[in-house]
Amino acid sequence: MAQPCAVIGIGQTKHAKARADLSMTGLVREAAVRALEDAGLTWRDIDALVIGKAPDAFEGVMQPELFLADALGAAGKPMLRVHTAGSVGGSTAIVGAHLIESGIHERVLSVAWEKQSEGNAQWGLAGGRSGGIGAGGAFAPYVRSYIERTDAPEYIGWQVAVKDRLNALKNPYAHLQLADITLEKVKESPMLWDPLHFLESCPSSDGACAMVLGTEAAAAASPNPPAWILATAVRSEPSTFPGRDAVRPQAGVDCAHDVYRQAGITDPRAQIDVAELYVPFSWYEPMWLEGHDIAGPGEGWKMVDRGDTEITGSFPVNPSGGVLSSNPIGASGMLRMAEAALQVRGMAGEHQVEGARVSLGQAYGGNAQYFSMAIFSSSPGRPGA
Amino acid sequence: MPATDIAIVGWGQTPAYRRSDLTEPQLCMTANLEAMAHAGIDRRDIGFTCSGSCDYLTGGPFAFVANLDAAGAWPPISESHVEMDGAWALYEAWVRLQHGDIDLALVFASGKSSPSNRLELYPQQLDPYYLEPLGLDPLSLAAMQARSLLEAGKATERDFAEVASRSLRAAAMNPKATVSGEKDADELLAADYACAPLRAHDVSAVADGAAAVILATAARARQLAEHPVFIRGIEHRIEVHQPGMRDLTTSSSAAEAARRAGLADRPVDVAELAAAFSPQEIILRQALGLGEDVTVNPSGGALTGDPVMATGLVRIIEAARRVADGSAGRALAHASNGQCLQHNLVCILEGA
Repeated sequence: MAQPCAVIGIGQTKHAKARADLSMTGLVREAAVRALEDAGLTWRDIDALVIGKAPDAFEGVMQPELFLADALGAAGKPMLRVHTAGSVGGSTAIVGAHLIESGIHERVLSVAWEKQSEGNAQWGLAGGRSGGIGAGGAFAPYVRSYIERTDAPEYIGWQVAVKDRLNALKNPYAHLQLADITLEKVKESPMLWDPLHFLESCPSSDGACAMVLGTEAAAAASPNPPAWILATAVRSEPSTFPGRDAVRPQAGVDCAHDVYRQAGITDPRAQIDVAELYVPFSWYEPMWLEGHDIAGPGEGWKMVDRGDTEITGSFPVNPSGGVLSSNPIGASGMLRMAEAALQVRGMAGEHQVEGARVSLGQAYGGNAQYFSMAIFSSSPGRPGA
Repeated sequence: MPATDIAIVGWGQTPAYRRSDLTEPQLCMTANLEAMAHAGIDRRDIGFTCSGSCDYLTGGPFAFVANLDAAGAWPPISESHVEMDGAWALYEAWVRLQHGDIDLALVFASGKSSPSNRLELYPQQLDPYYLEPLGLDPLSLAAMQARSLLEAGKATERDFAEVASRSLRAAAMNPKATVSGEKDADELLAADYACAPLRAHDVSAVADGAAAVILATAARARQLAEHPVFIRGIEHRIEVHQPGMRDLTTSSSAAEAARRAGLADRPVDVAELAAAFSPQEIILRQALGLGEDVTVNPSGGALTGDPVMATGLVRIIEAARRVADGSAGRALAHASNGQCLQHNLVCILEGA
């Protein structure tokens, strides 16, 4: 019963440690204006807006979309504010897609953002209390558990850290531009949360991402090729309970199987050409490859080791440089969706994966308990084997 | 426009407590279990869950994460959350049900305002560059709106008191209300100003509480409920943020949402309006064109119990209750977000 939905416009900011040149308002506008330009549209053409970001405490503002409404041309239109922890950027894109698929709107603008330089994200991540262990502190035990479970060599994490930073050199929007990064430098960088070194961790960024989503008719009228959304799914599970597998959370497994089923994907490794996965710490690349059944148990790190996940590899992951290179938290999930969509539109510039036709965008959040995923395609039909 | 008819088949709500010692997940659990029991369903039947809450009320980032426990998120569930009143969570769930692949959704909303101070908290909801530094608190903003209404000749202070008097009297029949009483306008007008021209009775009783609604596709609704309450229209619109750029004596966004939701198709018998200040009820009545024959806020409204973030969803429940029991053939429910009615949602409900 759902109508087809396409991504017809994408925009993002230049991500940086501090975009001191922009207000929060200016930040979201920079991304939104670029998305509208890509779609060949003006503010007037947008029927509804969906805005997402991680906790408001990061910037010390409460429900900031209320004041951002003015600058985003929302007056007189419907506007929704989504918040699903770190997965929020992905969820925000998906809620926008639902507004098209349900037949309610023709063109929707989804915007996700975070301006982390305005506040202290570590304080925010600690629930507004002092003495927090940060996201790395929360995830390091899961990473350690993955390593013990699969007997992965410790250099796998360094390899991912180097690969994503080298990919970021091809992406002019990426925050980190570390041209001289090497395995040795990652290894020698300070140990933050064993086994995660400083250079295996994401930065803290200011940034925004915007997507214009539209119907078949809107896609036909747009100047650039669309990315068709073949499937979307979200899953959540409680933060913690006895017996929970935090390395391979069931919500992530279920979410992946849901999008594969909807998109007619029976062999994700073969049928997906490129994936943008939410990898804020290096080890999450092999962990999600296994956690989403792209690789079998213990096979994810071998894909990394073989170079399969390089841009030129058999299953490229995060050609944009990923969260490891830019992390405006609320926007990071939408950046995964946007980059996955750019790839199948053939508009990813220097980090374009040759011949990408089908892509996966994924975001996760909370205590690795919130997941949002989408499958994008260069054509509206289901992919072949 | 979507073709799929969606109905409300169950609801639950906690009382609007002045202060509750229950945690937010406990409040949500109470409402959710009540709603599922009312609909006669098990949580495993639910295809999509959406909740509404605001981190800032309890002062803890990620406060909503703990509320997942109240949704019974194991095995994992398909779920989303809006940092808005639960009425917008209901909107998102209504959109999701249009896809046709699922037939039941759980919507819940919660707020614990007791740990925070309204006057200190809500300035942080204003534009941080141009408004928040002015120290504008919600009471002052509402008073400014009330003043503009008086100066435009659209209402008098007695009109405000009449709204409060009627609401307090209605609340006596509502076991969930925070405050109620028998006081006529003269008695209320004798009180000092809290923030002129507003008196204490013109300001909502902010409360802790939660509410939940079960939505079903039409086919499923007819199996579950003898009298399902159908959503005939649901729309929302936002206005510019800067109060100086708006005509505060009316609500163009509420009027537009109501027009799109089909308010004019047939008269409504009942309207539940999320007016946190008595002048806002007058503004909304005028903007929506509700005549004297429409019963407004038979529950006592937000004025007599305002579990912020659940208040709008409670309006939908109160309207649905009256359609289900036959006391209204058609009812309007309204929700609001932001200061001075910046963002408004209108939902039109009818029986089969």
